[in-house]
Amino acid sequence: MHIRTYHELTEPDRSGLAAQIMAQRRRVAQRLAGVERLIAVMSGKGGVGKSYVTAHAARALARVGRRVGVLDADLNGPTAARLLGARDGRLAVREDAIEPVVGADGVRVVSMDQLLADGRPLAFRGPEAESFVWRGAAEAAALREFVADVAWGALDVLFVDLPPGLARFQELAELLPVPPAVLTVTIPTPESGDAVRRALRAALERGATPLGIIENMTGGGFAGTAADDLAAEFGLPVLARIPWHPARDTWDRLGERL
Amino acid sequence: MKFLCVDCDRQMTFEERRLPGDGTLAAAFRCPQCGRVVAMLTNPMETQLVASLGVQIGGRTIPAQPLEMVRGMVAGGKEDAFDEGKRETGNVTWSADAQQRLTRVPGFVRGMVKKIYTDYAKERGIAEVTTAVMDAARAELGLEGM
Repeated sequence: MHIRTYHELTEPDRSGLAAQIMAQRRRVAQRLAGVERLIAVMSGKGGVGKSYVTAHAARALARVGRRVGVLDADLNGPTAARLLGARDGRLAVREDAIEPVVGADGVRVVSMDQLLADGRPLAFRGPEAESFVWRGAAEAAALREFVADVAWGALDVLFVDLPPGLARFQELAELLPVPPAVLTVTIPTPESGDAVRRALRAALERGATPLGIIENMTGGGFAGTAADDLAAEFGLPVLARIPWHPARDTWDRLGERL
Repeated sequence: MKFLCVDCDRQMTFEERRLPGDGTLAAAFRCPQCGRVVAMLTNPMETQLVASLGVQIGGRTIPAQPLEMVRGMVAGGKEDAFDEGKRETGNVTWSADAQQRLTRVPGFVRGMVKKIYTDYAKERGIAEVTTAVMDAARAELGLEGM
């Protein structure tokens, strides 16, 4: 019996699942057409202050007149909206898009925190059995909708605040027409340096453009030289060292370097 | 995925999609040469995986709504997360019983559901959304759970 293979079947297919996926990608590209720079803020290590750095870097740029947005890609632990005073705003629905909430200093923000009832974890309706099979796809689709279905408008910079780990960065890189620029946040400890190194290497392997290292929580109880080590290893600048209680000009200086 | 009628060596074409309401999906495919029909039945996990990708077997029958997957699938969404005030609803009105049924939809997704039913009515020249129109739209568009 001869059975033709998938690629040998070339007649029109009404489902057109591949075409539907391609249409989603085009929508992402169209939505980002007005965004001058997309910067993914990543670490690989949890608890180093990615969202804190993202929020204040965004505000610093906004204060000097840049049009700035923050997409909170940490779907399970979203904090960017609270940090930017945009947690309680309602998302206005237009015909083909959602308008982001305007937060502190005019930064436009979309976060799962604006969508979930207080204290509720992110959960999807659907069969519990074998949810590990589809949950990742659902989260990736949520990320896609946060990019493609939000009227970001004309922006000088759109920051994407990534959760710890590598998975969300990879999902983001898959979505975008070109790999994003990445801003890498670490704390001084060697443990953080190890986790950040893996994440940064993975990002570079995906074609990301590294902007530099930000060392957070310096001058306190954390000992180490993670930022300098990573900077030397990857040939990157240390863009800022953020103390435990940074003054506004710390962020302003960081903004000048972005 | 594609279906091949091996006897005719012809690619089968999509005929119909059904969502019985138990999380599963049935899709029928017909051979354009011999007319043989086969049904593809997916279990809840497989159905959910396809839905999670934001694609529809048989193609889209209605335009995608903003944040469609998030609004349709996230459980525990904030009742007043969205402001629907800027959406155009045209001249379509809602009967009292249809409005009553709509109130049973969680606020997180209600605006999107209302928009889908309104667009369905508008496209068909229906002046008023009634519960019968809602039932027809659910069956025709595959709006499981809406």
